[in-house]
Amino acid sequence: MGRYVARRLLQMIPVFIGSTLLIFCMMYALPGDPVRAMMGDQAYDPTVVASIKKELGLDQPLLQQYVNYMTGLFQGDFGTQIASQRPIADVIADAFPVTIRLTLFAFTFVTLVGIGLGVVAGLRPDTLRDRGLLTLTLVLVSMPSFVLGFLLQYLLAFKWQVTTPTVTDSTDFSQLALPATVLASLSLAYVARLTRTSIAENLRSDYIRTAVAKGLPRRRIVGVHLMRNSLIPVVTFLGIEIGSLMTGAIVTEGIFNVRGIGVEIYDALSRREGATVVGIASLMVLIYLAASLIVDLLYAVLDPRIRYA
Amino acid sequence: MPDKTVEKKVEALPGDTVSTAGVVVTDSGPAPEKARSLWSDAWHDLRRNPLFLISAVLIVFLLVMSIWPGLFTSASPRDADLAKHYLGKPNWGHVFAPDWLGYDVQGRSIYARVVYGARASITVGVGVTIAVTLIGTVIGMIAGYFGGWTDTLLSRMTDIFLGIPFLLGALVVLNSFDDRTVWVVIMALAFLGWTQIARVARGAVITIKQADYVVAARALGASTSRILIRHILPNALAPIIVVATIALGGYIAAEATLSFLGVGLGDSAVSWGGDVARGREQLRIAPHTLIIPSVMVSITVLSFLMFGDAVRNALDPKLR
Amino acid sequence: MTIIDEMAERPAPDGSQDTGRPLLEVRDLHVEFHTRDGVAKAVNGVNYSVSAGETLAVLGESGSGKSVTAQAIMGILDMPPGRIPKGEILFRGQDMLKMSNEERRKIRGSKIAMIFQDALSSLNPVLSVGYQLGEMFRVHQGMSKKDAKAKAIELMDRVKIPAAKERVGDYPHQFSGGMRQRIMIAMALALEPDLIIADEPTTALDVTVQAQVMDLLAELQREYNMGLILITHDLGVVADVADKIAVMYAGRIVETAPVHELYKRPAHPYTKGLLDSIPRLDQKGQELYAIKGLPPNLLRIPTGCAFNPRCPQAQDVCRTDIPTLHPVTERDGTELAGRGSACHFWKETIHG
Repeated sequence: MGRYVARRLLQMIPVFIGSTLLIFCMMYALPGDPVRAMMGDQAYDPTVVASIKKELGLDQPLLQQYVNYMTGLFQGDFGTQIASQRPIADVIADAFPVTIRLTLFAFTFVTLVGIGLGVVAGLRPDTLRDRGLLTLTLVLVSMPSFVLGFLLQYLLAFKWQVTTPTVTDSTDFSQLALPATVLASLSLAYVARLTRTSIAENLRSDYIRTAVAKGLPRRRIVGVHLMRNSLIPVVTFLGIEIGSLMTGAIVTEGIFNVRGIGVEIYDALSRREGATVVGIASLMVLIYLAASLIVDLLYAVLDPRIRYA
Repeated sequence: MPDKTVEKKVEALPGDTVSTAGVVVTDSGPAPEKARSLWSDAWHDLRRNPLFLISAVLIVFLLVMSIWPGLFTSASPRDADLAKHYLGKPNWGHVFAPDWLGYDVQGRSIYARVVYGARASITVGVGVTIAVTLIGTVIGMIAGYFGGWTDTLLSRMTDIFLGIPFLLGALVVLNSFDDRTVWVVIMALAFLGWTQIARVARGAVITIKQADYVVAARALGASTSRILIRHILPNALAPIIVVATIALGGYIAAEATLSFLGVGLGDSAVSWGGDVARGREQLRIAPHTLIIPSVMVSITVLSFLMFGDAVRNALDPKLR
Repeated sequence: MTIIDEMAERPAPDGSQDTGRPLLEVRDLHVEFHTRDGVAKAVNGVNYSVSAGETLAVLGESGSGKSVTAQAIMGILDMPPGRIPKGEILFRGQDMLKMSNEERRKIRGSKIAMIFQDALSSLNPVLSVGYQLGEMFRVHQGMSKKDAKAKAIELMDRVKIPAAKERVGDYPHQFSGGMRQRIMIAMALALEPDLIIADEPTTALDVTVQAQVMDLLAELQREYNMGLILITHDLGVVADVADKIAVMYAGRIVETAPVHELYKRPAHPYTKGLLDSIPRLDQKGQELYAIKGLPPNLLRIPTGCAFNPRCPQAQDVCRTDIPTLHPVTERDGTELAGRGSACHFWKETIHG
């Protein structure tokens, strides 16, 4: 087990470097210039631009810049925002907990409601109840989060005035409920569908037939024999969804004005603050990789047929 | 499905006494029935699936709309008349008229914009799907078939691209371009999105590679390219098509989301996502400017998802 | 122990003979499946019975309805698409088809148990075998977890699994095919049921292991004096173990007979064909006989005798009239106990 984890960690290194390098290249190699973006439309002096660039190390070759950046990152130095002169580490430290709260809220919602709906539908496949839930999840999947976000914002906040349209205090969970619901909707629909399919498939398996032939009560058949097998793929999916939820937060935070990572990324992008974007992106890559490692380990715990190899 | 073609049968004539020698073999049980393949079976299923029929009709409708928007409205999506039409409310009775769905903040017909906006969404959706399917299938098949170092390398590359959150990557790439045409958006999304198909293709190829008919073809000395194209590709196609159709809806949603975030198609383009973003400021006073293009996005995505879902159910015998 | 037991002690309401009453009696059982291509008639009026200590072998090709009948007895048919339009399944004189789900559940596992063909897929892959064995005691007898585990080890010893104590926590995939089938047998045996249904218990196993597993099953059956329904398509398996045989074809029983009689003198062309297709040492060098054609499509069972398209003796009457199960007699008319043949020409077949 320890060896397996060590090997997986080693394997993660090239993937981490590759992903961050790719983002770094996309940020810096493509057209667009942070210094010019900072100066805006005003006439600029090429020599001034050049000196600022030199100061920031932006005149060096791309790979060198990447190495410099990563060395800094591992010493805890995320760099400084060009426009505001704030250390990026501070920006992240302020924004990250907000996004984490929102994501965890949404994640809980996804897990409980998604699996719940999936089980309810999967236990009676091809009935009206199943079809209805499947259609509902399709509708949810087909609504991009900004559509659902505005719809709920319009209905709940403007029309019926049961909530505030935007989040003023991100530690207040009642305010976060609406953005979390919107953020969760897509993953929730996927989880419900996956659970449903998995349950319906396992329901027809030989070992469930054996469990029935053993004279076990239905509650036990479902709870002990069916659930564990059916939820293995769902757990895998949930682990990967943590990453999607965090990026999905970019849109949701924008709609409800939650001051989290999403808003910071969006601001940084429009100002072409590469260091901020790459810093946050690196964190997200790290979270994604950690989540997939945890999922793999969990997988082996849940399914004895999988061995750490 | 096992092939049910029975050996040539000789029908025993009425009154024909059959000797114990067993010369005459009549049709044994299974009535003559044409052999059903995976695809014809799927088609049989699809024709009876109301969700498939509804989504197919909607998709045809959307395709026609994106190719000949002039068929649906005489109004131009760019004609603005602030004086007369500022945020005009929809007139639900005026079906197909320019003022049917009201006017936006610049006095442009929302109906005309919705009709003309279909082209951007459909082009991006279809374009990205085709590009992603081509790239993903080639990479996945190569990785799956050759295995070894090739597989390790390509799989690691897939992992790297998977590590980048899709939306974040698209934001970064598209943000760099000032002139975001349809092709830029397609290339950016395809660049980031091919991993899913590559994984599916790789998995399918690894399974099929071990099938007896592939082993047999190799034993008979078929060339690698022939094995890949004639034997493996046709059998790996079903899962790839299923994933691609479902992904199509997702790419349309992604385009709309990016346009909404201001990094999709340029401002001059007529696109639903852009209209939603512009309608945002009027959410309180004129919700229709935002809700109508939103609904169009959802209907379009829903059509492709329903379509893909129906195809998946028909092609996946396990789910029957 | 339960209401069912008390009621089972009473004579059957329909006044069938009290003494020597069979353990299980299937009467005119019909099962059909509603598929998108039409109604598949899997079982079309099956009658058979098993007494305590007796072994009935049900023989037939795949699709003959032998497994579906067993599933109907166990109450594990998928309904829908399955349906039982007609018939009775009497267990100790009680019609199980009229019982509530809860009553049937209590019988399953404790009174009637089943052994499945493929032990690997029939055992839950994510639960240890000890847990799956112990579950029988915990659910039906309310035993504690610890006692149930001890019982599980005892059972594994009983079916001769080496090092039972160490292996009780292992998972199904860690055992060999033969050992897994032993675990299935142990599970069926756990509560010492009155009747065991074994559905092709050895088909998935190596030939050498087949005999061991079969012997074990026969030995345990004798010891506990259980009724055994052995479902198989393998005539070789049957000979040593079974007391009587029912041959099924297209959802009907076409011949019944005590085991050795059947081998000696089959009274149905289908049985004859099956026996002729067994390779025999004394016929070395001859071409092996094979029944021509394919098993019937259950959506369109041929009119008359379902076997007529494949039967070398088929006449006109075979294409129009469904033969009933005639009692088979000697040439002089003396009845042969337990023998029946659903062939219009049974006389010619057995005596000709």
